Amino acid sequence: MIYRMGAALMSLLGLFVSAYLYLYKIGRIGTLACGSGGCETVQTSPWSRFLGVEVALIGLVGYALLLIVALVALRPDQVERRRPALLLAGLAAGGVLFTLYLTSLELFVIHAICRWCVGSAVIIVTTLVLALLDLRRLRTASA
Amino acid sequence: MAASPVGMKRFYGLLAAVAVIGIGLLGYQLSKPATVSIPANVQIDVKDTAGFHGYVKGDADAPVEITEYADYQCPFCQTFATLQMPTIEERLIKTGRLRWRYRDFPLQQHPFSRVAAHSAACADDQGKYWEQHQKIYDGQAEWAASRNAAAMFRQYAQANGLDLSKYDACMSGGIHAGRIQASYEEGMRVGVSSTPTLLVGGRLYQGRLDSDAITRLVDSLAPKTSSVK
Repeated sequence: MIYRMGAALMSLLGLFVSAYLYLYKIGRIGTLACGSGGCETVQTSPWSRFLGVEVALIGLVGYALLLIVALVALRPDQVERRRPALLLAGLAAGGVLFTLYLTSLELFVIHAICRWCVGSAVIIVTTLVLALLDLRRLRTASA
Repeated sequence: MAASPVGMKRFYGLLAAVAVIGIGLLGYQLSKPATVSIPANVQIDVKDTAGFHGYVKGDADAPVEITEYADYQCPFCQTFATLQMPTIEERLIKTGRLRWRYRDFPLQQHPFSRVAAHSAACADDQGKYWEQHQKIYDGQAEWAASRNAAAMFRQYAQANGLDLSKYDACMSGGIHAGRIQASYEEGMRVGVSSTPTLLVGGRLYQGRLDSDAITRLVDSLAPKTSSVK
């Protein structure tokens, strides 16, 4: 239960980070609170879009899905079920893979690091760890 | 194992608190004036170099071309743009003797130069480059002393009749940052070190040339008798 609570909390934090970056991309926020020029370099690069869609928007939708799944997984009738845990882990794993791709672009292609992207990376990895711990809990309980 | 109702209540309370704080912070960011910064360490694309060679004014068949490397926040560039250019335009550009190419050369010591250049580039997207260019130079004393030059450029954009939603998206997206940096790097390559610098027939002219000096220069390169249309 505590793992799913943690995953929901992480997803909500990720949702706000993505929303902040997306509002910047669509021109509603003038500058990013970053401390270095890295955020703007990354956000204005051609790689800030993936298959024609803003990466920040992909993050926003992804975290919203994770939050919904985590909240559904917390319902009393779902707490001991494996399917929500699998869905949570699957979504988080997809998010981690996408984050790995984006981070490699920052390091090796753009040569700039966006701190908000690093924050999002920490959030999605933590969410995946919590989802995997939840799966282990269910396996132990059923053993 | 299910959490106790009290535990769940606390969790939802925490989630709601985080949501309220997050929405509050985003709301605060949205309510702030949209100050803009245009980065220099930006990725330069092909469209910034091969597809773009400065902003051009004048006849494509004019016998002489002058490329000006200038900085919107440089006082000498401002006096040149406001005092000398009107005469140059009337005497040489409108008569088809001279084509003028403007290239950005934002100096590091000027914090608003890139934002100004970017504002003009965004106006160019809507076909109002020279209108925005002139307003930025005309208002230099005002915005250079302000804390939020970007807001003043936005006012100029509004006065020039630009679509502000497109302008805002262009500015905050920094979509022309690469073009500005490419212009700067090209200036460095040809030997520009101060502004304004004029490039005429492969030679650099630094310092404050006035409209008479430029007229003489054009006369020497393309005598009036043979080139006037």
